[in-house]
Amino acid sequence: MLEGILIGLQTAFSVQNLLMVIAGCLIGTFIGMLPGLGPMSIIAIMIPVVLSMGDPSAALILLAGVYYGAIFGGSTSSILLNAPGVAGTVASSFDGYPMARQGKAGKALTIAAIASFAGGTLGAILLMIFAPVLSSVALLFHSAEYFALMVVGLSAIAAFAGTGQVAKAIIMTLLGLIMATVGEGALFNLPRFTMGIMDLQSGFGFITLAMAMFALPEALFLVLKPRNLQGDDGAIKDLRITRSEAKAIAPVIGRQSVQGFFIGVLPGAGATIASFLGYAVERNIAPKEQKKEFGKGSVKGLAAPESANNAACTGSFVPLLTLGIPGSGTTAILLGALIALNVTPGPRLMIDAPQIFWAVIMSMFIGNFVLLILNLPLIPYIAKVLTIPHNYLIPFILFFTLMGAYIGQNNATELLILVGFGVCATALKFADYPLAPLLIGFILGGMMEDNFSRSMQLYDGVSFIWERPMTLCLLMIAVLLVLIPGYRERRAITRSRANSDGHF
Amino acid sequence: MLGICLVYGYTAWFTMDANLAPFMRRNPVWPSSFPKVLSTVSILVLFFILLGVERSEQKEKDIDYRRLHEYHLGQAMVILGLMITYALCLRPFGFLFSTTAFLIAGSFILGERKWHIMVPVSLTTTVLVWYLIQQILGIYLRPLPGFSGS
Repeated sequence: MLEGILIGLQTAFSVQNLLMVIAGCLIGTFIGMLPGLGPMSIIAIMIPVVLSMGDPSAALILLAGVYYGAIFGGSTSSILLNAPGVAGTVASSFDGYPMARQGKAGKALTIAAIASFAGGTLGAILLMIFAPVLSSVALLFHSAEYFALMVVGLSAIAAFAGTGQVAKAIIMTLLGLIMATVGEGALFNLPRFTMGIMDLQSGFGFITLAMAMFALPEALFLVLKPRNLQGDDGAIKDLRITRSEAKAIAPVIGRQSVQGFFIGVLPGAGATIASFLGYAVERNIAPKEQKKEFGKGSVKGLAAPESANNAACTGSFVPLLTLGIPGSGTTAILLGALIALNVTPGPRLMIDAPQIFWAVIMSMFIGNFVLLILNLPLIPYIAKVLTIPHNYLIPFILFFTLMGAYIGQNNATELLILVGFGVCATALKFADYPLAPLLIGFILGGMMEDNFSRSMQLYDGVSFIWERPMTLCLLMIAVLLVLIPGYRERRAITRSRANSDGHF
Repeated sequence: MLGICLVYGYTAWFTMDANLAPFMRRNPVWPSSFPKVLSTVSILVLFFILLGVERSEQKEKDIDYRRLHEYHLGQAMVILGLMITYALCLRPFGFLFSTTAFLIAGSFILGERKWHIMVPVSLTTTVLVWYLIQQILGIYLRPLPGFSGS
């Protein structure tokens, strides 16, 4: 392994490849900030550029830099504008945006940058150590386990179910799942619930829904009741993390980097589930007083999904590099680029082309480091976006929201759907319905139904639930993740009532 | 919401399976299976909410919808109208004109009157975004109105 690391270092530290990492990180960060352009689209756009380079190591290094940059860029729009451009950064807006509203946009971006760096770096270390072993473990996961894993991912909704909100959070999740069934399913190839509208054949777009649920209602609220986006006193403050905050987020980053990496290794699971699950787990294990902070600007609530999604992105390289199986859409495009460059990823890649395998891993370290170095000084300037006067900022937010939905599908109907959903989402927000569970349900719904149907076909019924111990175990964890917070809260209320009765 | 779930449930339970191919009927899972489960559970949860079984705590809200008239409701409605107009104009009038007009009109509706800032800022942003998306990233956005033949 040591020899491999040295080969990787030698390749990655050449001037050309260092420039590639820097260029990749910058391109990824700036384009990733535009809602609607996630890592997948940016990498796809970059493929003609890398193919013209000819050198597979340099090409992969550039693409890895773009990948990491795009993920960080996506978090930026999520935190500053509540406009998550990719599913993996949705969970970052749960606490990142409330922090930005409190005038802590700079701090939120700093936490995101550090958590991303730590997640990516720890992920790369784990990739280096466990890659060959994990590739065989990942294959043990069947569709039944994937279905159960999606259900565990849905348990993140518990985080939004405050007192008396459980039913509302559940119905919003169910609405998200219902919306995911619109259009042609992968398994049946039958249009469902399209009402004969051709534009709905491929279902609702994720970006459209994400913008309609998060960015549009927020912009409309700003129009209805103008307030300072950069905090009550109008200043961007608290750029640095305090010692106590660093102490609080360090174990979160450690835990979520490991958990995120292992979820990322599973083909199909990826950064989205890792981030939701990371958020749910951290909320459940947080002490009572810190738990209340989740959703209102908790540093832990931001650090958890950020480190988890970055580690998961690194984890998704395990099946790609060791088995040649792309674990996510982005790695599928990377696989295409590799094949076009005459590199065939698989068990023999480490032996036949060690310089490529190890250079990619080393470039992950360098990419993460470069991203941190480049972004930390830029954070005060990026956060300054929020100081733009409302009269200019709101039309710009609305424009980028509309553009995000438009460039994904190149269809103006998508914009009308976005406005329609945005109005519905605003009405639901008035009625105090949490919107995040709807989006979580929508994102996981399609994958969940596909895996459920596949398991049903394989086992000729629902017997897969008790015939596969890992499935049963995961489903039980999901039930516990949803029920325990509610039970604890109810018990606390009963106790406080008993105490107050005792006093009077 | 209950209406949506009832219509969804009706479609799943009574209309979807009518045209199902015979070989698919032998499958343990049908295209309507998952929607059937979802509709049933949704309707049950909605009744649970409507009957007020679960009591939620009173929270201080950002905006109280009962006092909506006290906020800038007119501006919000006009902005929504502007977004719909933009969606309808994007293709026929081209990206450059529609977007510049959208940004200027948006700022104007929100009370901005500094035309010397509004116009150059909107125009520069539009051209920059168009250049980035179409020229660099290669995603086609019709720049000029359709009738100009572009």
